[in-house]
Amino acid sequence: MPEQRSFRVFRGDAGGGQMKEYTVETGPGMVVLDAVHQIQATQAPDLAVRWNCKAAKCGSCSAEVNGKPKLMCKTRLDDLPADRPVEVRPMRTFPLIKDLVTDVSWNYEVNKKIPPFTPKPNGEWRWMQEDVDRVQEFRKCIECFLCQNVCHVLREHQKQPEFFGPRFFVRLAALEMHPMDAADRLDLTHRQSGVGYCNITKCCTEVCPEDIHITDNAIIPLKERVVDRFYDPVRRLLRKLFRR
Amino acid sequence: MDKYETHESDVLVIGAGGAGLRAAIESSAQGARTALVCKSLLGKAHTVMAEGGIAAALANVDAEDDWRVHFHDTMAGGKMLNNWRMAELHAKEAPDRVYELERWGAVFDRTGDGKILQRAFGGHRYKRLSHVGDRTGLEMIRTLQDKGVHQGIDIYMECTITRLLKDGDRITGAFGYWRESGRYVVFKSKAVVLATGGIGKSYKITSNSWEYTGDGHAMAYEAGAELIDMEFVQFHPTGMVWPPGVRGLLVTEAVRGEGGILRNSKGERFMFKYLPEANKKDFAESDEEARRWVDEVLAGKKPTVRRPPELSTRDNVARSIYTEVKEGRGSPHGGVFLDISYQPAERVKKKLPSMYHQFLELADVDITKEPMEVGPTCHYSMGGVRVDADSGASTVPGLFACGEVSGGMHGGNRLGGNSLSDLVVFGRRAGLGAADYAKSAPSPRPDGREIEEAASIVSAPFDRPDGESPYDIQRDLQTAMSEFVGIFRTEADLEEGLRRIETLKARAKTVGVAEGTRLYNPGWHLALDLKNLLIVSEAIARAALLRKESRGAHSRLDHPKTDSHFGKVNLAVRNVGERMEVRETPLLEMPAELKKVYDEVETPKAVKVP
Repeated sequence: MPEQRSFRVFRGDAGGGQMKEYTVETGPGMVVLDAVHQIQATQAPDLAVRWNCKAAKCGSCSAEVNGKPKLMCKTRLDDLPADRPVEVRPMRTFPLIKDLVTDVSWNYEVNKKIPPFTPKPNGEWRWMQEDVDRVQEFRKCIECFLCQNVCHVLREHQKQPEFFGPRFFVRLAALEMHPMDAADRLDLTHRQSGVGYCNITKCCTEVCPEDIHITDNAIIPLKERVVDRFYDPVRRLLRKLFRR
Repeated sequence: MDKYETHESDVLVIGAGGAGLRAAIESSAQGARTALVCKSLLGKAHTVMAEGGIAAALANVDAEDDWRVHFHDTMAGGKMLNNWRMAELHAKEAPDRVYELERWGAVFDRTGDGKILQRAFGGHRYKRLSHVGDRTGLEMIRTLQDKGVHQGIDIYMECTITRLLKDGDRITGAFGYWRESGRYVVFKSKAVVLATGGIGKSYKITSNSWEYTGDGHAMAYEAGAELIDMEFVQFHPTGMVWPPGVRGLLVTEAVRGEGGILRNSKGERFMFKYLPEANKKDFAESDEEARRWVDEVLAGKKPTVRRPPELSTRDNVARSIYTEVKEGRGSPHGGVFLDISYQPAERVKKKLPSMYHQFLELADVDITKEPMEVGPTCHYSMGGVRVDADSGASTVPGLFACGEVSGGMHGGNRLGGNSLSDLVVFGRRAGLGAADYAKSAPSPRPDGREIEEAASIVSAPFDRPDGESPYDIQRDLQTAMSEFVGIFRTEADLEEGLRRIETLKARAKTVGVAEGTRLYNPGWHLALDLKNLLIVSEAIARAALLRKESRGAHSRLDHPKTDSHFGKVNLAVRNVGERMEVRETPLLEMPAELKKVYDEVETPKAVKVP
């Protein structure tokens, strides 16, 4: 006899909904997304869920499993307590569409505000691996938006219009630290991105499935650059004197 | 019928993976008003899963490489069935496209002197694949996505196109529905570029996502375009085999490119015995020689000996693994062992980070300490829409195709790394071709009756609440294709496969939506995808039945040898009065000049280990 486990999955849409119980036959190495697919194929054909690669490469299947923001394709059932049902809910920070699917389009709007990569006109396209290790760390981002989901500035305080969120601080940092990029995004970082709202609680770093050190490697350096340019009185004076 | 919204463009690109994005960027750069639709969110397309690298003869690591060798390798890998012009353009233009990606912000791994690093891959004579660890596809799609969104392309996400609309013989747009709301949408467009990817969801074990249901193949077929080489389906040699939930998930060829060794349950390095006579001399003949190659490459030296046998082409490695398992020398979960654990752990984690995490987190295997278990998985369709090499134009006016949905570039077997380069080389060309065509094409005029018909097909499953489950039909199709139209084929099996497909076609007409409304309803979405899956499955089986020989990815147990007659033809599939016709069409004749290029690329001389 295959083993069974109970699941409680959110079913509903913008008009409301509730947790619904399902029983799933489990197997070795099974992940939450496998269970959701089994429910779809055998019990609830209309259960809405996003997924693509099933290998933690596309960042589509983000949800809250037992209250924790996770990629469902990477969350093993044997890592979850066996004595109670597995609870699966949609990401709370984004408007609900249906079941486990939320409207993440706001993120795409934020991305449009960030000036794209702008190469130096006459540079030589050579650099050492060490020079881009950090940029490559940022470019690992799979846009699962779990960091956006968990960030209290967005989740609790709904600062969406004036705060870009961790994902886009990572993007800003990747562009700022690219050895061949010539654009200046510090003014945008200071005046529009709302990086100042971040009080470094590192919730984003904790949930990142790609282990990007969002706070330490992206947000703090951005904050430092902003402070350097806009708040350091000595530098400001020197800049004025030497017209830099 | 229900109301629908309408959007108008000069060029409509369907699919936003590497090919679709590159096509849209080019079309838009040419001044054409460009719309881009995709089934998923932007940046989630299948390209994101490409791991090992993008093939281009940059000659950054092996100075001897140039486009001629790349062209030679591609044609040889495709068993000479490739459209030679595509292989030529691809080999010549891939380097420019890689440098272009870099100038758009992609950050490739570097050589010791700061250039783009390249790694070895199966079938490529030289180290040719530019890469970013084992997440090259992500780097590429993000780069193209960021380039695209700042270029004024109208992007429509989570929208499924179900039908191409025609005005007489010519394409005039497309019909689809929003996945979120289920509402209909009509795209009026002078030209349409198909960039819909592949067909992997026809098979049970596949590295492909839910999106790969052959939409572009099927819609082109229904619109009257010709599909070629459909019998050639690539089974990637190394997919995960355990646990069951991840069976089929890709294990990048880069593992072998970085020195990974294949062994059976007896510990034998079995690939030595499966090397084809024709190019056996290109490969190491002993464990010692192969290990020395890896040592030299890891030390950054130019190898003085020949490549390991694991770097044979994908079709050959997949068959070899299948045979080892079938003959009882498989691993505990029905695969073989792939071992990279003899290398320094830190190096493995740096060069193959996502493989390391994938196995550790999903299979409890630490690949720096123990071997992986791997087996073949359906990965890629060499077959697709017949296109003009230079412009991507199909046989239907106004319809273009690029990337996996197009056919011809890879012939009978694709080399690893040649897909990512294919996407950008021919994505760009199809974008150019479509924008150019649109300049002189008449304004789009979709026919109201055709739209109504398309709408009634899409809504039909709602009329059958007690109809059959789409999930059951898809599962049965996948089983039939895997059992009867898989890696090894026979006439009897293929005929059985076709019988099952006929039965499934009848069942698919009774498919229903048992629960839910039009709001984000995956059961309904799948019900609509079934038709496409069935068309491509039938095309694969019919073409496979007709090609009575073994060549490249197509292996007939009842015709185990290559047959020179079939070396001169592509099989073309067409919709003739609601009947699927498969016929032989002669290969394009390669010009003498290019033949000379092919012949002049010498095969490497045998080198003995001193």
